[in-house]
Amino acid sequence: MKSLRTVLGLGLCTLVLFGILYPLAMVGIGKVMPERSAGNPIFREGTLVGFEQIGQSFTSPEYFWGRPSAVEYNAASTGGSNFGPTNPEFLALVQERIDAFLSSNPGLTAADLPIELITASGSGLDPHITRQGALIQASRVANARGVSEEALQKLIDTHTEKALFGMFGPSDQVNVLKLNLAVDELTASN
Amino acid sequence: MNTEILGVFLIFLLSVGLAWPLGKYIVKVFRGEKTWTDFLSPLERLIFKISGIDPNQPMDWKQNMKTLLGINVLFFVFAFLALAFQGSHPFWNPVNIGNWEPTLAFNTAVSFATNTNLQHYSGESGASYFTQLLVFCWLQFVSAGTGIAACALLFQGLKNRTGSNLGNFYNLMVKSCTRILLPLAVVLAVILMVNGTTANFEGLAEVTTLEGEIVQVAGGPTAPMVAIKQLGTNGGGYFGPNSTHPFENPNYLTNIAENVAILLIPMALVFAFGFFLNRKKLALMFFGVMTVLFITFTAVSVSEEIKGNPAIAAMGIATDQSNMEGKEVRFGAAASSLWGVSTTATSNGSVNSMHDSHTPLSGGIFMLDMFINAVYGGVGVGFINFFLFVIVAVFIAGQMIGRTPDLLGKKIEAREVKIAAMVVILHPLLILVGTAMSSYGIVQDPSLGWLKNPGFHGFSEMLYENTSASANNGSGFEGLGDNTPFWNILTGVIMLLARYIPIIGPLAIVGSLSVKNPVPATAGSLQLDSPAFATVLISVIVIVAALAFFPAMVLGPLAEYYTF
Repeated sequence: MKSLRTVLGLGLCTLVLFGILYPLAMVGIGKVMPERSAGNPIFREGTLVGFEQIGQSFTSPEYFWGRPSAVEYNAASTGGSNFGPTNPEFLALVQERIDAFLSSNPGLTAADLPIELITASGSGLDPHITRQGALIQASRVANARGVSEEALQKLIDTHTEKALFGMFGPSDQVNVLKLNLAVDELTASN
Repeated sequence: MNTEILGVFLIFLLSVGLAWPLGKYIVKVFRGEKTWTDFLSPLERLIFKISGIDPNQPMDWKQNMKTLLGINVLFFVFAFLALAFQGSHPFWNPVNIGNWEPTLAFNTAVSFATNTNLQHYSGESGASYFTQLLVFCWLQFVSAGTGIAACALLFQGLKNRTGSNLGNFYNLMVKSCTRILLPLAVVLAVILMVNGTTANFEGLAEVTTLEGEIVQVAGGPTAPMVAIKQLGTNGGGYFGPNSTHPFENPNYLTNIAENVAILLIPMALVFAFGFFLNRKKLALMFFGVMTVLFITFTAVSVSEEIKGNPAIAAMGIATDQSNMEGKEVRFGAAASSLWGVSTTATSNGSVNSMHDSHTPLSGGIFMLDMFINAVYGGVGVGFINFFLFVIVAVFIAGQMIGRTPDLLGKKIEAREVKIAAMVVILHPLLILVGTAMSSYGIVQDPSLGWLKNPGFHGFSEMLYENTSASANNGSGFEGLGDNTPFWNILTGVIMLLARYIPIIGPLAIVGSLSVKNPVPATAGSLQLDSPAFATVLISVIVIVAALAFFPAMVLGPLAEYYTF
């Protein structure tokens, strides 16, 4: 009986400490930085239009497009495709994406395409594409919006993120949502 | 050298650099010496008082084993009930998620109690806040604490001149949680929150996208959960796709912090072995053996992923591009491979890329890592697994030089070698039998439809799942449709056997070593910290893994590789 009490007592104590107090304390510390601990939400005219690091679906020609997503950017049920590299179904899908991208962005060839624009991310919410991936869409967006390609290229430049401390990790990526917000602003101010 | 590769070096060096002082600190905690965390001792005394525990009561290996198993039964029973009746109580369940089907509840309860965290459910849609915190967050602490405490018992058993006292399991477990895991988890959780990992109870946020669509974005108390999942080699993600999710792992800085956290305690325990027994040179030799394997695996995986997928290159895109299917742009291929090797080496099982979508050899490396399951290894149990390889290597080396083998001044005799050999064989046995059963099942009835991918890769999915269960890892080739009664029960049973037998066996070995009379070291004794023994040890590890698993590797990853 003594050992039963010990097991139950220890279980209860650790449950309260690590299952309730620890997470609540961390959420409490998070209140000190409400923006960040809410996942850096972005509001436009009072409406929640997204979170900085949560990618969203862009399909119309006047926006820069993000990566393909296995869950169509459904942020309530996320995930990757889990296709193996030799799966014929997967390879056919990649070919389809190449063809679709080339036909809606005339003047490009397959050799211009960076890999992330034709493959799906692990989370299905990847907020980034590479700088190259944005540059090759500039002419399409410029045509659709009636703005100059140079203005868009400048925006891409200012939105290009470098490696951490300039030294570590991938370099030259662009946050698609932030870029598109800037594009909207640019058009609105014209 | 490009910045992606530099990032890989940084993560590895940071891990080693932090693990060394942490190892020293861990030894102080094990010995009950003064540390800066002594302000926590009133809390611990309160826990001991409520539970009626005398933390200084000496216990031999059998008493310790019984207490370990007793508390683990409670972990399982509570978790099972909480999951099976998740929807039947009103607590902390804002979106009214329902009860779990019994085999899924069984699998998941085992999975979290055994520090595996194989997840056949998806966090954001299947688990209420109550479940995430009072079941998953809690068990990620105490199951890791169980492993660390078992490792401390092993250290004490090896240190004893002659005596059966291995220390007190309750005391060691509680202090592993409060003094080692908790402070580190607080630091990591804060780093994550600063970078935009959520920590709230807001439920779903309604977002109006720029194109006017309405989408629901799931948030929640992610930061505290992710912190402990990395540190305790648990790996149970808050969200379905684990640390690929931008809320779990928002940027490259958090990726560094989380990857370091995966490696930190497993590495520190190897150093702690050296400090505890005052055999620093031997600990460094062990660390070197593990590191040789780790670096080799990382090099293969990184280079394969950076080379990319030749089948996609054949479609006319520029050929110098990495394999990015299932990966995030903000991490890139190199950091995804390093994470994959780290998480499979340490039995963590969290992922920052989809392992199913890695190129064949990289996926094969992840499996090899789990076949060995002792390259740093899970918190506590990794070193225990490694210790078994040491026993086998000592025995073989002893045979080669024609002497009764001895380890740290104690004779290794038939009983110890038998136990070590049986436990070493258990791991391939579980994996191969499980894979054989599942392969038979799917061949007999293809309509079961488990496999996302056809051919060799489909076989790899089943092999990976069984390996992950037996290594108490928890990652998956997640294309496998594994939430079925068959998989839930099969992997549940494998996880149970593969967790407790490899703890009990080594404890029995040190239990019997610790009461033996020491033999004096002579010129003829085996020099454990010599390069010669290191070579024997590496050979034993590689040969055991290669002999047992080579045929399975040929049918899965290697065969797929040659179809390119």
